[in-house]
Amino acid sequence: MTKTARGRRQSLTDRKLVSRAILDSFVKLDPRTMLKNPVMFVVEVGAALTTIQLAWDMFHHGREIGFGFQITVWLWFTVLFANFAEAMAEGRGKAQAETLRKARAETQARRVWGEGQTEIVPSSKLRAGDVVIVSAGEFIPGDGDVIEGVASVDESAVTGESAPVIREAGGDRSAVTGGTRVLSDEITVRISSNPGETFLDRMIQLVEGASRQKTPNEIALNILLAGLTIIFLLAVVTLEPYAVYSGAPQNLFILVSLLVCLIPTTIGGLLSAIGIAGMDRLIRRNVIAMSGRAVEAAGDVDVLLLDKTGTITLGNRQATALHACPNVNEVDLARAVQLASLADETPEGRSIVVLVKEKYGLRGHELAQHNPNFIPFSAQTRMSGVDLDGMQIRKGAPDAIMKYVAERGNEVPAGIRQTVAEIAGSGGTPLLVAQDDRVLGAVALTDIVKGGIRDRFDRLRAMGIRTVMITGDNPLTAAAIARQAGVDDFLAEAKPEDKMALIQSEQAKGKLVAMCGDGTNDAPALAQADVGVAMNTGTQAAKEAGNMVDLDSNPTKLIEIVEIGKQLLITRGALTTFSVSNDVAKYFAIIPAMFSVAFPQLEVLNVMRLATPESAVLSAVIFNALIIVALIPLALRGVRYRPVGAATLLRRNLLIYGLGGVIAPFVGIKLIDLLLTHLRIL
Amino acid sequence: MTALGWFQILFYLFVIFLITKPVGIFLARVFEGEKTFLDSVLRPVEKLVYRLTGVDEKHEMRWTEYAIAMLLFSGVSMVLLYVLERLQRWMPFNPQKLPNVDPTLAFGTAASFTTNTNWQAYSGETTMSYLTQMAGLAYHNFVSAAVGIVLAIVVIRGIARRETEELGNFWVDMTRCLLWVLLPVCLVASLALVSQGVVQNLEPYTTAQLIVPHTEQVRGADGKITIEKVTEQVIPQGPVASQEAIKEFGTNGGGFFNANSSHPFENPTPLSNFLEMVLIFAIPSGLTYTLGRMSGSQRHGWAVWAAMAFLFFAGVTTTYWAEARGNPLLHGVDQQASAMQAGGNMEGKEVRFGVADSALFATITTDASCGAVNSMHDSDTPLGGLVPLVNIMLGEVVFGGVGAGLYGIVVFVILAVFIAGLMVGRTPEYLGKKIEAYDVKMAMLSILILTLTILGFSAVAAVEPFGTSSITNPGPHGLSQILYAYTSSAGNNGSAFAGLNANTPWYNVTTAVAQLLGRFFMIVPILAIAGNLARKKTIPESSGTFPVTGALFSTLLVSTIVIVGALTFFPALSLGPILEHLLMLAGKTF
Repeated sequence: MTKTARGRRQSLTDRKLVSRAILDSFVKLDPRTMLKNPVMFVVEVGAALTTIQLAWDMFHHGREIGFGFQITVWLWFTVLFANFAEAMAEGRGKAQAETLRKARAETQARRVWGEGQTEIVPSSKLRAGDVVIVSAGEFIPGDGDVIEGVASVDESAVTGESAPVIREAGGDRSAVTGGTRVLSDEITVRISSNPGETFLDRMIQLVEGASRQKTPNEIALNILLAGLTIIFLLAVVTLEPYAVYSGAPQNLFILVSLLVCLIPTTIGGLLSAIGIAGMDRLIRRNVIAMSGRAVEAAGDVDVLLLDKTGTITLGNRQATALHACPNVNEVDLARAVQLASLADETPEGRSIVVLVKEKYGLRGHELAQHNPNFIPFSAQTRMSGVDLDGMQIRKGAPDAIMKYVAERGNEVPAGIRQTVAEIAGSGGTPLLVAQDDRVLGAVALTDIVKGGIRDRFDRLRAMGIRTVMITGDNPLTAAAIARQAGVDDFLAEAKPEDKMALIQSEQAKGKLVAMCGDGTNDAPALAQADVGVAMNTGTQAAKEAGNMVDLDSNPTKLIEIVEIGKQLLITRGALTTFSVSNDVAKYFAIIPAMFSVAFPQLEVLNVMRLATPESAVLSAVIFNALIIVALIPLALRGVRYRPVGAATLLRRNLLIYGLGGVIAPFVGIKLIDLLLTHLRIL
Repeated sequence: MTALGWFQILFYLFVIFLITKPVGIFLARVFEGEKTFLDSVLRPVEKLVYRLTGVDEKHEMRWTEYAIAMLLFSGVSMVLLYVLERLQRWMPFNPQKLPNVDPTLAFGTAASFTTNTNWQAYSGETTMSYLTQMAGLAYHNFVSAAVGIVLAIVVIRGIARRETEELGNFWVDMTRCLLWVLLPVCLVASLALVSQGVVQNLEPYTTAQLIVPHTEQVRGADGKITIEKVTEQVIPQGPVASQEAIKEFGTNGGGFFNANSSHPFENPTPLSNFLEMVLIFAIPSGLTYTLGRMSGSQRHGWAVWAAMAFLFFAGVTTTYWAEARGNPLLHGVDQQASAMQAGGNMEGKEVRFGVADSALFATITTDASCGAVNSMHDSDTPLGGLVPLVNIMLGEVVFGGVGAGLYGIVVFVILAVFIAGLMVGRTPEYLGKKIEAYDVKMAMLSILILTLTILGFSAVAAVEPFGTSSITNPGPHGLSQILYAYTSSAGNNGSAFAGLNANTPWYNVTTAVAQLLGRFFMIVPILAIAGNLARKKTIPESSGTFPVTGALFSTLLVSTIVIVGALTFFPALSLGPILEHLLMLAGKTF
């Protein structure tokens, strides 16, 4: 996360968020809204029924209404707490959406029409296919691809990153986003989306949760919860005839209390908050998921395809070792190679200078007086170097240098050939260094595997996810890097169509595949993958093909996305298990309370020794309401995910949320009962 | 409780463990069309059956076609039984000249035997002719059991097969089940039972002169009680052994006689008793192995078996403890087990079986949807009677009915996998199949139907005179009687708290409806699950996959069954057997 992004979120105070959520939780009482959540709808209906009964009791019977009143109040609180959880989860997104809306403000666009003519139109009039010209200082009026020119663009409105980025025609950095600003130069952009369908629009909808559709797993879970609710409704409705048979009929308050305590209100109340919070966690990591389905799929991923460069290794190869020939002083080799590289501005060349300086303490020479003549690298010679003081120093590909030396009538020392083979075999790229007609030694350029990446792959393996490295390197080099980085498999000499074939073959085996990509030629694979993360710097085609966009354009983010997906699912499962397990204690609170007046023997079921039947029922209802509030932070933050095997994870979570779910309410209800009795509320 | 009692229980469980694998392998081979040692004899018979009936052996059915075939077959069979009962007076093999069966009772009995429930609101020896017993009831004992088994096989195929609509052929599966599994085993088992003294004949009932006549109080038609001297006894006869084996092996439970397996002609010796108990669990236990074998995860099969064995053991321990403890209200009565007496609560129990074998039989028969009894559950102590009731309420998934137990527990497996599966951070999957909205919907539907049927009918019966008038004991025991009747019906068990007078139009019709709902409305959603699972891709297993093997999974499965079952029925139970138990401790019985 970048500084500005963090700052943007800190700007909204918690208090503002909370007060707005409180307001929203009342608005959400609208039965039409509640109907989307069957469990909480039943609670609302129950609360409404007890309210009516309460009013009836007050006006017609003048009965003692203290108990009924308190039950009714807490039933309404139960509904409000659940609404509050959802409103809190939505709140963060809403605040962010406001910021984004500002960026979407109406701008003027210079549309090209005819031959070189332009006209000024409002950005809202632009359609896909229109071509506009944007100059320094102007806002880009809509999403599109640069078709002409290069410009630096400030994309902080979307990404939160304040450093400008370069956008240019052709290649993989051609996509521009509406609402971002051109800082220098001028570009011609072909608009690719209609008003209301831009990236910014979609992002606003997503963070607001406006276009939120229930994900497949959420739908299935809702069915389960609705089913359990009906079962408990049956259990409670039929209990009254049994109670009548037994000569101990019950009043409405008790029956509704029992029902509300039994139906899975904890998970029912927090389910949508969990989903929204999961999306929000992605957004906070600057990843925009185009659907909740994609986040869920991320949790299920079996295979991760990772590009080598930039993800597993640092972008460029670096010199890591010098190997001198027999009879050659290593320092001489170092000095020679330093001289040959001084004018070499490639990252490899610079890394040689750095290596020599750090390892051999050789500082750069003042070369001007030696009248050097630098030989640049060319595709024909495949080497570069310097001529100075009558010396000719060359460095380059082994076969090129060998040829160079042979032409000068000298032989290559036998040992160096083996060194070259060894460097290549261990995943490096060998360079040979020659002075005049003599080979001095070899330089090993190696891919530097990113720090900590091995641990991350170990974590992924523990989760049961296989990592596959995609590289254009030859198989030998690829194997060496794969070994070093700890990936499970690699695809060497990969062409874009190979990536596609690999995804398809994994999917045919029933596996879910995730990958990231940026180029237009990645687009088909991104679309084929179950989780396709497009880099924001990439082309428009790639961004449309994938189902997520990483605004930071960091390919390693894929791992975090998977973890967030898993965390979302675990949180859902944990709270469902907790919710169902809670019922055991509630039975032991309410059933004896219902019948111990008629049958004092049932008092033995009152294992918590709750003070009175009324306090027992009320304590259970209060616990049931408060547990929703107590778990809001967990629902929003998510259960902590540990990368261990499924069996270990299951055992751990079953202990915490299953067994814990059985025990916690015994303690909680008892404490509330003690408090109620102490305060003489009942 | 005695050492011998415990030994019998543990030995029984051990024998069941031993036969699980061979039975499981044999069932898998029969239904996968692999070679078995019976092929040379049975294959020609099978081919002849197909030639005569025009069944195409190679034709595979979708789940809907399978379901329709099953429903049609069951429907037609049910009508035939009804007709037979209504016309038995004019049919052969009726030496006692028993009249035609009353319409509601005939309907109730037809539904009961078609659904593998074998709820009996009649006494066999005074109601059913030999023809009705053999061609009607025994026929249903075979085919209703076969229907259960083939449905379990279809569910297993659904789990094991991938990306297909094909689930097998109902007619072929039925034929193979009858020819390879049910008929051969029952043939051998019947002979074994005959060796113990079970009768098998078509004779009229025998009348014996009592050596010592006795007097009896008889209530006349005018309600007056008169004292009558009894000098002779009628001893019923009949083709019992042939019906006895399938009664157990097919988990049917419908006794030839009213006294069921406590009658000496049905179950004469402890050895016959043991054999009958083994026959009840043989197929249900074996099917867990079949599940493991066909789905390619033998350890999953054993994990399911272990969960069942645990619940079984917990149940039998409770019943045995409750019954061996006797009645605490009988002060000054020796209820200790000793060389001279079985001890404990012997009301409603046979002396030749004693407390341990009665508790064991009661647990087995209600774990499985058998319903055969060798003691009267109505006479059990409140907790002793609670266990059979709870066993059925849990859905009879503790080994369960033939086939029904397996497909029943698959529903719980799906729920367990769905609820807890999320906790490993993947959307739930069961043996490589994703569990999605449709599967959850169907699983919940089948559980809902069971709950609705049991609690709904019981609730009406508990407050309406036509329900409560059949109760013979007041108070919580009366509620237990009603609950047991509908639980047993909806669960297709067939055992009863026999105190309830169930032969009334209300009970005959409503129990029959409960049985039909509990059977066919359960089966169709489960078949739908099988069809849906078969269509899915299989996801290869990894270390991130939810484990459906091992002790952890067994524990999870047990918890799911207990929590879902107990939470649903706890309120009702608390006013029935639990309250009765507590009142008994307080000195009040019913």
